[in-house]
Amino acid sequence: MGLEFDIPVLTTTVEKMVQWARRSSIWPVTFGLACCAIEMMAMSCSRYDIARFGAEVFRGSPRQSDLMIVAGRLSRKMAPALRRIYDQMPEPKWVISMGACASIGGVFDNYALVQGVDQIVPVDVYVPGCPPRPESLIYGIVQLQRKIAQQHLS
Amino acid sequence: MDSTTLVASLQESIAGAEFESAASVDLQTTIYASRDHVPAVARVLRDRPDLRFAFLAELTAVDFWPREPRFELVYILVSIEHRLRLRMKVRLHGEDAHVRTVSDVWPAANWLEREVWDLFGIVFDGHPDPRRLLMPEDWEGYPLRKDYPVQIKMTPRTSEPLQVTEQEFRANLEKDRLARRE
Repeated sequence: MGLEFDIPVLTTTVEKMVQWARRSSIWPVTFGLACCAIEMMAMSCSRYDIARFGAEVFRGSPRQSDLMIVAGRLSRKMAPALRRIYDQMPEPKWVISMGACASIGGVFDNYALVQGVDQIVPVDVYVPGCPPRPESLIYGIVQLQRKIAQQHLS
Repeated sequence: MDSTTLVASLQESIAGAEFESAASVDLQTTIYASRDHVPAVARVLRDRPDLRFAFLAELTAVDFWPREPRFELVYILVSIEHRLRLRMKVRLHGEDAHVRTVSDVWPAANWLEREVWDLFGIVFDGHPDPRRLLMPEDWEGYPLRKDYPVQIKMTPRTSEPLQVTEQEFRANLEKDRLARRE
């Protein structure tokens, strides 16, 4: 920034400021579908402590959330409900597909399950594993933060 | 309780019904009953003082496709009073897979029969609430039948059908608008 001041201030752009704010306070919606949700809860609790990355505020309402972690297998009956929750979230919003089932159907290659939630909602980060360990999900959230930091406002 | 003696005493109670005792590996009393007499048999099993099978523990079905008769309904009954358990089976043909409901005898049968209808397509005549229980309401086919495909390639639906009629929807909209105006 070529400017120099005598007082202690930093200069930046609005875009960088907004990107920093968005990525440092990702609020996930409280939404678990199956056993992956157990790992998601472990991630948010004190042992793994996602608060270190600013994403610990699980909101009970999609209206207050920016991130949906699809934690578990999605049945065809549940698909409209998932889509509705996604539609209720305000922009900007992101989706993490957690685990094998949410990503591609996993071991459940049958009529009852949606073979990948990317058929229902746009997915930003896929986290592999069955279920992924909390560290994997934290890594997924950090990857999402990197992605948010590169998203331009205009 | 021996299944042959039970069959003999049931045959005395219900005229015209056909019963058959069956051997079971786990030595639990097992009988076959004919399809047309299921409600009468159910009432006798529940009400006769020496039986009193007041508790329907399970009602499910088995598909033996391609054998005919294809389906077997399994009623697992418990007599709490006499500490007895009974497994009653009913054979059903594939083309004629319906049976009279027992939900007026054991209220627990209501949801169990809905589940069996949902997954096997066995119709329960006279059921008070014949809707699907587990699958989506507009699902085609009966998934637990042996000839049902495991994998189906189709795009998942992302919206639910409207739960109200169009007139109700409009009325709700109008009511909401009026409430906001005040």
